[in-house]
Amino acid sequence: MKKIIQLFWAFFKIGAFTFGGGYAMIPLIQGEIAENKKWITDEEILEIIAIAESTPGPIAINTATFVGYRVAGFFGAVFSTLGVVLPSFIIILIVSFFLNQFKENRFVKYAFFGIRAGVLALIIKAMVSMYKKAPKGIVPYLIMGVSFILAGIVKINVIFVIIVCGITGLVTYNLKGRKEQ
Amino acid sequence: MIYIDLFLTFFKIGAFTFGGGYAMLPLVQEAVLRQSWLGLEEIVNFIAVSESTPGPFAINMATYVGNVMGGVFGAFCATLGVVLPSFIIILIVAKYFLKFKNSHGVKGIMSGLKPAVVGLIGSAVLSIGKTVFVPDGFSDFIFADAEFYYCIGIFITALLLAFKKVHPIIIICLSAGAGLLFGIIFNM
Repeated sequence: MKKIIQLFWAFFKIGAFTFGGGYAMIPLIQGEIAENKKWITDEEILEIIAIAESTPGPIAINTATFVGYRVAGFFGAVFSTLGVVLPSFIIILIVSFFLNQFKENRFVKYAFFGIRAGVLALIIKAMVSMYKKAPKGIVPYLIMGVSFILAGIVKINVIFVIIVCGITGLVTYNLKGRKEQ
Repeated sequence: MIYIDLFLTFFKIGAFTFGGGYAMLPLVQEAVLRQSWLGLEEIVNFIAVSESTPGPFAINMATYVGNVMGGVFGAFCATLGVVLPSFIIILIVAKYFLKFKNSHGVKGIMSGLKPAVVGLIGSAVLSIGKTVFVPDGFSDFIFADAEFYYCIGIFITALLLAFKKVHPIIIICLSAGAGLLFGIIFNM
């Protein structure tokens, strides 16, 4: 019981102080969960990140659920996840109240005119770092191009594109593996 | 019913987002625009808010869209939806597949999904780029438009700063300042 409360509180703090989500959380988890509480080792953190990356959903949720389960079973997972979600949930409810109050304000509109151009730059930056982490070669480049055209120009359902690309990856990866063996 | 729609929509988004953060954007954009919950401009505005508030992008987005469409309970349904797929899958993985990440199946699927996410974010860049630079469409678009060039200026500056690893919150603040300055001077 004590451990579950500690997990909740640790992840609540992590949720409340992570700006930009996902990877920004990792140093906090390392400090709080591995160094302070010694619940898991640094090596396990790397393992958890690798698993979080290859399962769907936000990295933050995946990590909280996994650490919580490792440390205190099912209820550990529930309360760690609740802890990491709650700060955003509360803050965004408050922020959207103010956003609605002020969205017709002239100056807020001017500011967002500039902000949108800045956000576009941030998204491109994110795309480039995803590109750096992606495998290179003919098949991956084809997947990038085809998924861009299907989702951006033909406007096919994004989930369908994701499923097709996953299957393509599965098939080409295992074919390549067979040939090398 | 809006609560069930919110839950199911965000459940799907949670189940098909690989890599976290902006990888979610194409899915959110499609789902939210299709059901006309928000405009693309509002989504982009909110990305800035999400970058400047703590917490994962996915949770922030779900809470915001849910709250706009169905108040606090709507926010709850959307957030629960986006969290649940990860939660269930991670529990299963933690319990049964400790060798999960080394399996050939997972490696294969990820080798297809990683490049797909790059292409999908590219498609989001395309549509968001249109909203940012030519919000009124190409029909009455004039290249001599001061607003257009100013916007390009902010964008290029922000891009340079982003690649110099300047913190996103600083970039958002500077862009906001630049937008304010333009608005006040030209009284758009």
